[in-house]
Amino acid sequence: MPFIPHTESDIRDMLSAIGAKQIDDLFDEIPSSLHARQAPSLPPALNEMSVIRLAQERASRDPANLNFIGAGGYDHHIPAAIWQLATRGEFYSAYTPYQAEASQGSLQVIYEYQSMMTALTGLDASNASLYDGASALAEAILMAVRAHKTQRRILLPRTVSPLYRRVIATLVAAQGIELVDLPYDPHTGTTVLPAETAPFAALVIPQPNFFGQLEDVDTLTDWAHQQQAHVIALVNPTSLGILKPPGQWGIAGADIATGEGQPLGCPLSNGGPWFGFMTCRQEMIRQMPGRLVGRTLDTENNTGFTLTLQAREQHIRRAKATSNICSNQGLMVVAAALYLSLMGAEGLARVARACHANTQQLVRRLTAIAGVRRVFQGALFHEALLQLDRPVQPVLDALLTYNLVGGLDVSAHYPELGHTLLVCATETRTVDDIHHYAISLQAVLEKGMA
Amino acid sequence: MKLIFEQGASGRSANAQLPPDTNIDDIPAHYLRTTPPVLPEVSEMDTVRHYTRLSQQNFSIDTHFYPLGSCTMKYNPRACNSIALLPGFLARHPFAPATTGQGYLSCLYELQDILAELTGMHAVSLAPMAGAQGEFAGVAMIRAWHLARGDTARTEIIIPDAAHGTNPATAAMCGYTVREIPTDKQGNIDLDELRRVTGPQTAGLMLTNPSTLGVFEQQITEIAAIIHQAGGLLYYDGANLNAILGRIKPGDMGFDVVHINLHKTFATPHGGGGPGAGPVGVSARLQPFLPLPVTVREGEHYRLLDETDRPYSIGRLSANHGNGGVLLRAWAYARMLGEPGMARVAQFATLNANYLMARLDQAGFDIAFPQRRASHEFIVSLKRLKDETGVSAMDFAKRLLDYGFHAPTTYFPMLVPECLLIEPTETEAKTTLDAFVAAMIAVAQEARETPEKVKSAPHTLPVRRLDDVRAARKPDLAWKPQI
Amino acid sequence: MTIPSDLKYTETHEWIKMHPDGSVSIGITDHAQDLLGDMVFVENPTPGQHLVAGKECGVVESVKAASDIYAPLSGRVLAVNIDVETSPEQINTDAWGSWLFTLQPDDPAEIDSLLDAEAYRAIAEADHH
Repeated sequence: MPFIPHTESDIRDMLSAIGAKQIDDLFDEIPSSLHARQAPSLPPALNEMSVIRLAQERASRDPANLNFIGAGGYDHHIPAAIWQLATRGEFYSAYTPYQAEASQGSLQVIYEYQSMMTALTGLDASNASLYDGASALAEAILMAVRAHKTQRRILLPRTVSPLYRRVIATLVAAQGIELVDLPYDPHTGTTVLPAETAPFAALVIPQPNFFGQLEDVDTLTDWAHQQQAHVIALVNPTSLGILKPPGQWGIAGADIATGEGQPLGCPLSNGGPWFGFMTCRQEMIRQMPGRLVGRTLDTENNTGFTLTLQAREQHIRRAKATSNICSNQGLMVVAAALYLSLMGAEGLARVARACHANTQQLVRRLTAIAGVRRVFQGALFHEALLQLDRPVQPVLDALLTYNLVGGLDVSAHYPELGHTLLVCATETRTVDDIHHYAISLQAVLEKGMA
Repeated sequence: MKLIFEQGASGRSANAQLPPDTNIDDIPAHYLRTTPPVLPEVSEMDTVRHYTRLSQQNFSIDTHFYPLGSCTMKYNPRACNSIALLPGFLARHPFAPATTGQGYLSCLYELQDILAELTGMHAVSLAPMAGAQGEFAGVAMIRAWHLARGDTARTEIIIPDAAHGTNPATAAMCGYTVREIPTDKQGNIDLDELRRVTGPQTAGLMLTNPSTLGVFEQQITEIAAIIHQAGGLLYYDGANLNAILGRIKPGDMGFDVVHINLHKTFATPHGGGGPGAGPVGVSARLQPFLPLPVTVREGEHYRLLDETDRPYSIGRLSANHGNGGVLLRAWAYARMLGEPGMARVAQFATLNANYLMARLDQAGFDIAFPQRRASHEFIVSLKRLKDETGVSAMDFAKRLLDYGFHAPTTYFPMLVPECLLIEPTETEAKTTLDAFVAAMIAVAQEARETPEKVKSAPHTLPVRRLDDVRAARKPDLAWKPQI
Repeated sequence: MTIPSDLKYTETHEWIKMHPDGSVSIGITDHAQDLLGDMVFVENPTPGQHLVAGKECGVVESVKAASDIYAPLSGRVLAVNIDVETSPEQINTDAWGSWLFTLQPDDPAEIDSLLDAEAYRAIAEADHH
């Protein structure tokens, strides 16, 4: 019996203490009509050796290609120490730290993580994580609406990831929130402000945006604040190694910053588990969804850590809670705290610069090929939108034979831009990798033309 | 312990981790930060030592008995972790073509089937990233179903007062008004009240069964009939699925939607708060509304369904596939248990709970529902002890920590005063349960003889009782450098 | 329990004190603070805001609960008590003295519909049983 330690004599003694003849008697309060149905039909049990063998066979069917997709998940180096420590049983198999005195390890890690995220984003307070970047943005929108009190309109640029936009549409659908698209400039790929607009609760500003382009965050922030609206910064944490933190955007700074935390030590892992982060100004902390850890004192005046401001949360406030979130992505936060400790400000800036330089190099090499051009002008961070002279998907399929995952086809999301391919080269891509991509793409395109 | 920020020294770094520096000059200055963020400046060994030591300040399943009611803290098999970390699974980008993820998708497809089979549901989506997101998906599907039929009059969700807070919070997120209904003295739902509040305005009922009171809702068939006759749907909160796993199916009880907490029932780790996974299963009529993506097999090929395949889907809950690594761990667990192993989960979880309840009953503790069988968990009320000694459930819980046991859930459900909700799970041996009973008896005795000792507990942990009033009045949520 | 007879009350545990100029001040009862426990935060309505009787207009929060404040009367908010916002623990030590905000009622006759001390005592004592 896998993972069940009972011996025959244990079972006998336990039943006797209960006063039952057999284990089945313990289910005698369940109506018999419910027992009568068919037993589940499941695959046979495997021991550890067999299940690992089976999993290895399956994992080996998923080949290790050279990846040039970003689009919200980035292939960064992950220091070996991170997952060796994060999967220590004391972190891995602990529950939410409800008993603070028996959970100081998890609590201090979260407090340190919160401190790192506030430093990175230039805001005052961070929560202890949300599920992922997309759902975190949905929560940020709900939070901004709560904080604004009178307006329920949100300005959502088309330069926000179309994948995020779908998630937002799902998660805020039933709450009477109006999502208003903002167009982008066809030359710069950055958000264009409307000449005039009805009052709204918040403007979302992605930096960098989905195309990899840098938005004019100062102007956008000041404009939204002039309209008495909040600013939600949707940011990439790696980029904050070099880019201006949301807390310093414009005159007053953004009000909420959120985004995908995966670049901070989480493997791509087919898309999860990753984590969403969220920081905000001090005045808004009681509108923040999710858990918060605070530093306090014990009865002997020693410093310690505890979950705090829980009255906002679902287990206390129920239908009036800030969110229904309970489980978050705690273990990924351990990884992020380790990542930011190991990298430090200098390491993060170096990673950011290396990603930028590699992507620039990739764009130079690829756009030198006939039939490939960059769509937009202007500064980018570590992603770029390319346009091909033919449908993208067949080209990507052909690149697979060169062991290349060549980027993401976004033509269907932005049909007005033609055949478009979003590419990214992080610090883990070498000169040789980029060269391999360039000559492979050239070969594929030439073959196609022949 | 000192914060990581307070260790290290200016200019120190974990050099082996840093990529070579690159000079970039093509980003205009107004986009750039002018001062670096204040992050730790530590060596790799500083970091490893600090976080290793912090880990040692935690209780966890791997180190302690953790009978936290309603949380199912069972052993998290290590093989499941190894499998999720296999390079082929770990390195793949979620947007890489499906042809490069056939191994992964085959595991997801099997997991969908296994969960559908165990819950008696027609189809499953693995998209929700936690129980609360599973609840959201479930209630959103109920809403979508009513609206698709042009039924716009349904504005209420009925929820028993014993439910987890996520239930009413979810109903509110889905735009519904919550109708709370009371529980009777046996721990069952008050049927008269249910009949009274059910009507054409009822979208559905959210129910945990066995309930958070640790008993099986015996009138479930009548409840299902009342809701269905009124045109509503039944939502099964899978928080307590461990109590019936492999034995009874929510589908057979009449439920239309279920969510399953893989981080409880399927032994994936809680990670100090997450990540979880909250797959949803539905009856055939709700299948078109399932959240995306859903994995399908076409011949020998697996692929993910999208909006073109499922135009009525409630949509997406994450930018990707949900918590893939958690799903792989659950798949591995399900394959290891297989057919006979799965049914033994409910048997032994229930055996352990009833044994513990019997032992504590015999030791003089007040069982909240003594006339009922325990499910996989049960409630002890310390109200009498508190009246006699002044020692509260919270004090009692803190003192248990000194004895090397994580405390049971305290003050939930709120219906039972001074309660401890105790869930031992099937993976604990009798020896451990006996030691826990001994500790409970010892603390009760201390409460009578030296109550101050219990009220001032814990005494042996890294910190003493923490001041949570101070924490909430003057929130200190982030370290800031001293200027 | 002490329930001042010169105040008016609501079923949702607010007290209302009438002033000679026709304005009223509003707080939460001693019984309410006892149920909530250590107060940690007060969120008041905004001065100038118009409140509708029976609607939520603020929040008082303790470590273990957050509770809405309901407007006892319709009217315009005149002032809020910054002292209580800064030190919410005042409510625990002196609930009757810790007013949250003042209001100019639209219709002074509405005051007659509020509970008197005896009626509120019956409600508060029922909670204890």
